[in-house]
Amino acid sequence: MRLDAQAVILLLVGGGMLRLAWTGAYLDYVKPYAFWLIVPAGVLLVAVAAITGVQAWRGERAGDDGHGHGEPKVAWLLLAPVVGMLLVAPGALGSYEAERTGTVVGAEESRSSYPELPDDVDPVPLTLLDYAARAIFDEGQTLEGHRIQLRGFILYEGDEPQLARMVVSCCAADARPVKIGFEGDVPAGLEPDQWVEVVGEYTPRQGRDEINGELVPYIEVESITPIPAPENEYQ
Amino acid sequence: MPHNGAVSADLADTGTDSDAPAAPRPRRGLTSIEALALLLVFGLTARPGLTELFAAPAAQAWSARFVAVCVQAFPFLVLGVALSAAISAFVPADFFHKAVPKRTALAVPVAGVAGAILPACECASVPVAGALVRRGVAPAAAFTFMLASPAINPIVVVSTFVAFPGNPEMVGARVAASLLAAVTIGWLWAKLGKAEWLRLPRHRHHDDGKWAAFWAAIRHDFLHAGGYLVIGAAIAASLNTLVPETWLAPIADHPVLGVLALAVLAVLVSICSESDAFVAASLTQFSPTAKLAFMVVGPFIDVKLAAMQAGTFGRRFAARFAPAAFVAAVAAAVLMGAVWL
Repeated sequence: MRLDAQAVILLLVGGGMLRLAWTGAYLDYVKPYAFWLIVPAGVLLVAVAAITGVQAWRGERAGDDGHGHGEPKVAWLLLAPVVGMLLVAPGALGSYEAERTGTVVGAEESRSSYPELPDDVDPVPLTLLDYAARAIFDEGQTLEGHRIQLRGFILYEGDEPQLARMVVSCCAADARPVKIGFEGDVPAGLEPDQWVEVVGEYTPRQGRDEINGELVPYIEVESITPIPAPENEYQ
Repeated sequence: MPHNGAVSADLADTGTDSDAPAAPRPRRGLTSIEALALLLVFGLTARPGLTELFAAPAAQAWSARFVAVCVQAFPFLVLGVALSAAISAFVPADFFHKAVPKRTALAVPVAGVAGAILPACECASVPVAGALVRRGVAPAAAFTFMLASPAINPIVVVSTFVAFPGNPEMVGARVAASLLAAVTIGWLWAKLGKAEWLRLPRHRHHDDGKWAAFWAAIRHDFLHAGGYLVIGAAIAASLNTLVPETWLAPIADHPVLGVLALAVLAVLVSICSESDAFVAASLTQFSPTAKLAFMVVGPFIDVKLAAMQAGTFGRRFAARFAPAAFVAAVAAAVLMGAVWL
């Protein structure tokens, strides 16, 4: 591989990462804090590309000096994530994945107490993970007597619509859903992946996830309103 | 999609065009202008085709995971190659002769504990270990450093602590099991390892000063290890997308199979060591020892790491090192699990 081709690949990888950070699309793949990792790394790669480009322009040769350790051809594979980042640009994982992965509520099992919800806010916005943990491990004690607001996307377990959100620990490769069932009247024609805001109240009803057998809590639905997808679809 | 025939034909053409000059004749590579032009043509003609090709939900999910692993790992790889380049270029060779104990048997545990100072995941520690070996550190000590560092550094300890609230013995067991296994592997290499298994990509000697050597090392190491990382990311994304989770459920209750299942899962999913504790904690059907095995095996060996180790130290090395690391990690996890959990 020649020096100038190396410069192009470094520029594309570094530039691709900076572009993800610039457009905010990085949130489809990694946690928000990763911004502070992606940007310096992207800048450094672009700098290396620039220095390599100058060397190539001055006519220096790549490091193959007859030992058989020429610049690695495997580096061409770096174009694959570049194509992925810039051309394919896949969106955040949604209902397709969530329907094939077990719900994840077990994660906070060992928490012993849940703080009271505020009385002066109505409805109280909660994350799906928080609602599920309070419903399952605390028998909904802190949820009683409050109207709750949840935001997530729609998926179907069989014919039954459910609310879900992907929980990401590291990057989207380990994304797992938290699922919550609907009790009561649900408007017909909800499309999978449609983001909705659900207002409702706690119900003791619980189901089991078909995939991993974990508990799925339910919410007594008061209203379901379609909303645009949030900037960060993961939690 | 009948009208797409022309586009895919274009695609195939540009693909072979870009490979052909690079592969067979070493002197006639691509110039950057040609490469850029090809990419531009590829981007313009292939984009509609690509969008359609990747419109299927499974393909979307696969590519999202593939890009996610790459985007998460690249910054740590950059950190690792920058550190390793700095070691190669700026740290005088005799520093390590003074700092590392002469006797390998003693150097190995010292290197293991020293692993705590590199606050990064396993993508960073592989190139750093490569630089240490090139700098004359005994390979046994460098490998122990490489294995211990992603498992026992402060970031990983804190994230494990957060992932298992009210369960500090999990943190202790993880650190102890990882150190134990890393030191065992180091001693094992000192006893049985052969230098001819190693094939380190050599760096050219630069006459134009330390900075030139520094930048050249970053460029070379990133392109090299990055290429292998891409292979690992593709395998991890495929396994995550294709292997259904339902396979795990019946095994979870079995004490022995549960441990083995999570150990193998750790190899397949290739999660960064900073956050594998959160994933382990979410696998609630499994025993604590199985979760511990997941967290000890992951930083030691996974498909992404195996690809990078093969790239950094050679394939003959990786073929022997990977199984040894796996067995040592599982054994240490089971031992610590029995003693502590």
